[in-house]
Amino acid sequence: MAAVHPAIGRVALDESDISRALTRISHEILERNRGPDDLVLLGIPKRGVPLAERLATRIRDVEGTAVPFGSLDITPYRDDLRMRPARALEHTEIPTAGVDDRVVVLVDDVLFSGRTIRAALDALNDLGRPTAIQLAVLVDRGHRELPIRADFVGKNLPTSVIEHVRVAVTEIDGRDEVVIADRTREEES
Amino acid sequence: MDRHLLSAADLSRDDAALVLDTAEEMRSVADRPIKKLPTLRGRTVVNLFFEDSTRTRISFEVAAKRLSADTINFTAKGSSVSKGESFKDTALTLQAIGADAVVVRHHDSGAPHRLAHAGWIDGSVVNAGDGTHEHPTQALLDAFTMRRHLGDLKGRRIVIVGDVLHSRVARSNALLLSTLGAEVTLVGPPTLLPVGVETWPVEIGYDLDQALAKSDAVMMLRVQKERMNASYFPSAREYARRYGLDARRMALLPEHAFVLHPGPMNRGMEITADVADAARSLIVEQVANGVAIRMAVLYLLLSGAPASAQLQDDGDVDGLENDHDPAVVGATEEAAS
Repeated sequence: MAAVHPAIGRVALDESDISRALTRISHEILERNRGPDDLVLLGIPKRGVPLAERLATRIRDVEGTAVPFGSLDITPYRDDLRMRPARALEHTEIPTAGVDDRVVVLVDDVLFSGRTIRAALDALNDLGRPTAIQLAVLVDRGHRELPIRADFVGKNLPTSVIEHVRVAVTEIDGRDEVVIADRTREEES
Repeated sequence: MDRHLLSAADLSRDDAALVLDTAEEMRSVADRPIKKLPTLRGRTVVNLFFEDSTRTRISFEVAAKRLSADTINFTAKGSSVSKGESFKDTALTLQAIGADAVVVRHHDSGAPHRLAHAGWIDGSVVNAGDGTHEHPTQALLDAFTMRRHLGDLKGRRIVIVGDVLHSRVARSNALLLSTLGAEVTLVGPPTLLPVGVETWPVEIGYDLDQALAKSDAVMMLRVQKERMNASYFPSAREYARRYGLDARRMALLPEHAFVLHPGPMNRGMEITADVADAARSLIVEQVANGVAIRMAVLYLLLSGAPASAQLQDDGDVDGLENDHDPAVVGATEEAAS
């Protein structure tokens, strides 16, 4: 913890921290919902998707029941599409059981402005009518711009707006790590 | 991608792959309870059709509506064009009502190019077929359909058969498929191959049976009688016998190969009814995929910032990353720096 890597920044969570946080979140999800029935885990691409899958694996290991999981691309629902060149879409994969009358747990790596989650709520609205929507994030770094909060948080990381929070996951980046980087140092490098 | 889509040649390999990948995601919208995305809310798409069309016009309209754009359908018949209004004045009218994109089909080759570059309108122009020149979204949907069934098209052999001379579909397909790395062979009567075809990135053949035996997909073209002002072949019967696809010829195809046709078909002329309705025929799927492709094209041309506001197109390294939280970017490019 708190090791400073000159080129990367400060490591806030390492591999075992992330693993413990995910284990705790999976138990909290089960506790809150009194078991795994009717749960659907939807990860927000890119890094929310492997996190959702890991939570599903942990829930299955604890309860012995498979929980459906998938991915929900929020790109078409973003509020800043007109500010930038067109973006490539990510993959959306909704489990065959759908989201109607189920408890959907949205999973993302970092909760920051809350705008992604607003877009995800809109996207879910077009996919069906869940009984409830909950939010699990690995890191909550604050600085909300919308009235949105997470139900399950791996780690609250107080940050300055000018800092970068970088989440790396093994499935995509080859390692598990959460790093806080200084934006100015990055521009210099 | 460019601001307009006028020719299949405008698409680099990466552009084409981006359109096809985007279409793959757009295709799943059709399976949802609410078949709509809010992405192009408040944008206006004009379908400007100077020539008849069923599939292209309907699928562009459905595509725009599924992306929540407002659509205006303009056909030459029933508009002031029939009173003699010029192309330019029609374009200026569209500009005045605020068209963000104009999907244009015109009987003259080059009309979309003129519309895009004459300075009459600010919006994006999408070529939906111009004369005997190009029909890029048809080529994209054909490539998309073939890719879904054959996988990567690199090294695949595609045979395009028939009236190449009058076919904008053949030209766009030849250009796009060669960009994607496929090997294209054109087969047809010498009278129906255009002047200059030797400069296209294709092989030319005259023996259909021979070409079919080693193909992964065969695309039959419509014999465009309405564009023929001379006799290009002795009789319909002779054409069908030499260049038509019937059950005997379909049996020559390798087992994994598929049959495509851009429509509308002359059943009995270039394709027999039993082949058109066979299980290996992808003709109906081509239409369904046309909606996904046109959604992808409209999305990529219209969803981003207007060209005037785009100070830089590239250099935006995290533009395609999951940077939905402004300060969260992937660790991958960090590792590379």
